[in-house]
Amino acid sequence: MRRGNLLLGGALTAALVGMALVSLVWTPYSPTGMDFLHRLARPSMAHPMGTDPFGRDVLSMIMAVARSSLAVALIAVAVGAGIGVPLGGVAAMSGGWVDGLVMRGADLAFAFPALLTAVMITALAGPGAANAMLAIGIFNIPVFARVTRGAAMQAGEMDYVIAARAVGRGEIAIMLRHVLPNIFGVLLVQITIQFALAIVADAGLSYVGLGTQPPFPSWGRMLNDAQTFVYRAPLLAVFPGVAITLAVLGLNLLGDGLRDMLDPRLTGRR
Amino acid sequence: MGRLVLRRLAALLATLLAASVIVFLVLSVLPGDPAALILGTSARPDTLAALRHQMGLDRPVWVRYLAWIWGLARGDFGVSTTYDVPVVELIRQRVMVSLPLAAMGIVLSTAIAIPAGVAAAARRGRAVDAALMGVAQLGVALPNFWLGILLILAFSVALPWFPASGFAGWDHGIWPGVHSLLLPALALALPQAAILARVTRSAVLETLGADYVRTALAKGLRGWVVLWRHAVRNALIPVVTIIGLQFSFLMAGTVIIENVFTLPGLGRLIFQAIAQRDLIVVQDLVVLLAGSVIVVNFLVDLAYFALDPRLQAPGQ
Repeated sequence: MRRGNLLLGGALTAALVGMALVSLVWTPYSPTGMDFLHRLARPSMAHPMGTDPFGRDVLSMIMAVARSSLAVALIAVAVGAGIGVPLGGVAAMSGGWVDGLVMRGADLAFAFPALLTAVMITALAGPGAANAMLAIGIFNIPVFARVTRGAAMQAGEMDYVIAARAVGRGEIAIMLRHVLPNIFGVLLVQITIQFALAIVADAGLSYVGLGTQPPFPSWGRMLNDAQTFVYRAPLLAVFPGVAITLAVLGLNLLGDGLRDMLDPRLTGRR
Repeated sequence: MGRLVLRRLAALLATLLAASVIVFLVLSVLPGDPAALILGTSARPDTLAALRHQMGLDRPVWVRYLAWIWGLARGDFGVSTTYDVPVVELIRQRVMVSLPLAAMGIVLSTAIAIPAGVAAAARRGRAVDAALMGVAQLGVALPNFWLGILLILAFSVALPWFPASGFAGWDHGIWPGVHSLLLPALALALPQAAILARVTRSAVLETLGADYVRTALAKGLRGWVVLWRHAVRNALIPVVTIIGLQFSFLMAGTVIIENVFTLPGLGRLIFQAIAQRDLIVVQDLVVLLAGSVIVVNFLVDLAYFALDPRLQAPGQ
């Protein structure tokens, strides 16, 4: 069961990444190429998932979006972890008012889900794919700060940290050499979870028009377009959703599997 | 206990003020000149100056902030530049859609998740557990707006039981309104319920292993009494924490789901306001929604005290 999560999650994630990589060099058709003679075509040998209201090949679009969606998630998680992990580490190390300040800041940032930040950025600077990356990234900062702080405080009470301090190591060296490597597992699990959340958030933002802009496709935009044609081409609303769900399911299973592997004490509790 | 609540209340006010400063800075100061943003690049200088004066932009920044926040506190949200009506009027109509939708979402999700999580924990490792948790694993991965579209496909297109879009209003009694909010609320609730069911299951599993549960069983109490009165009750704290944390996702979800079902709520209003560059409406709505998350998390903090008498001990 435990190995099952890891294997299925790994396989689904590998398929997603593989699809994204293949789309760099090859897609069956151009993901932006319109063909008005073959609009809303049903799935066939020529178009395995049919075509959209503009005659674009749905499979090619899904492949191209796997790539752009992963890119958004990658940057959003990098922003969140890149700022959140040092903040959480500093908070755990210094305690006192620094800790209080970082944690109150995290509370505050939690009140701004990616959607609200994206709304503000879009009202300010107009819509665009970068908004989604930034908005999701900002929301990830407090998540990583909290997780890092919690784990680092726990690790800080371990004997090896006390021993390092006793022999006179500096706090920064202790953080980098002793604490960080020991909380790496926790952070890795959080990274996969945030990656999955970022893919959903990006799809949601592009659904309401705050993310990737046409003509470049996005899973959210595809679903929004498909909704206009639910009576004529209901399948159009199915494929992009399946793609999102499988991507997120794969990353979640991978995260669960990694957690079980890295921390056997938690087995069966989730 | 009283002092602790007061301290939390002070922290709540500070957080609300900080959030309002952020929103104000982003939407009123960063744009440089909101009037120019509203009128576009082709505006004539005198029109621009007139709008600036009308919006009060010729005053210092801190005066504008204080005027805005003082207005919010008194229920005066300013005047929408596109509709030319008080923003409070726009919000009052739409809140009657968004608030019931969010409330139905929370109620449905809790009503589904807690029995499912408890049932899975009580039959740990058996088929019921595996089936429920398998469905939950899939539910966590389902984006709510796609679930909304699937529900439309199933219950509006294939079976014409519910409207695919629109809101019937509250003028003809409660049922027509609830009926048009049921599918959207379900789309909001199911993915949340999946997460909540998993948390409930692991929390109940933990309390089921506690000594007081063994004691209760040893003194001969029936299994289901022990389960609900001892195990579930003590497992509620992590469950309430997650319900609180989920509120921020629920709020964002409500905004998106309103667009899936074209419901005339706050979520539609916010996107209309962006499209029309009605910045004061965007600013009011963002601060209102962020404020609602802060207040809900404050209430969840207070709920801990009600749920866990140990936290009420003096010296805590």
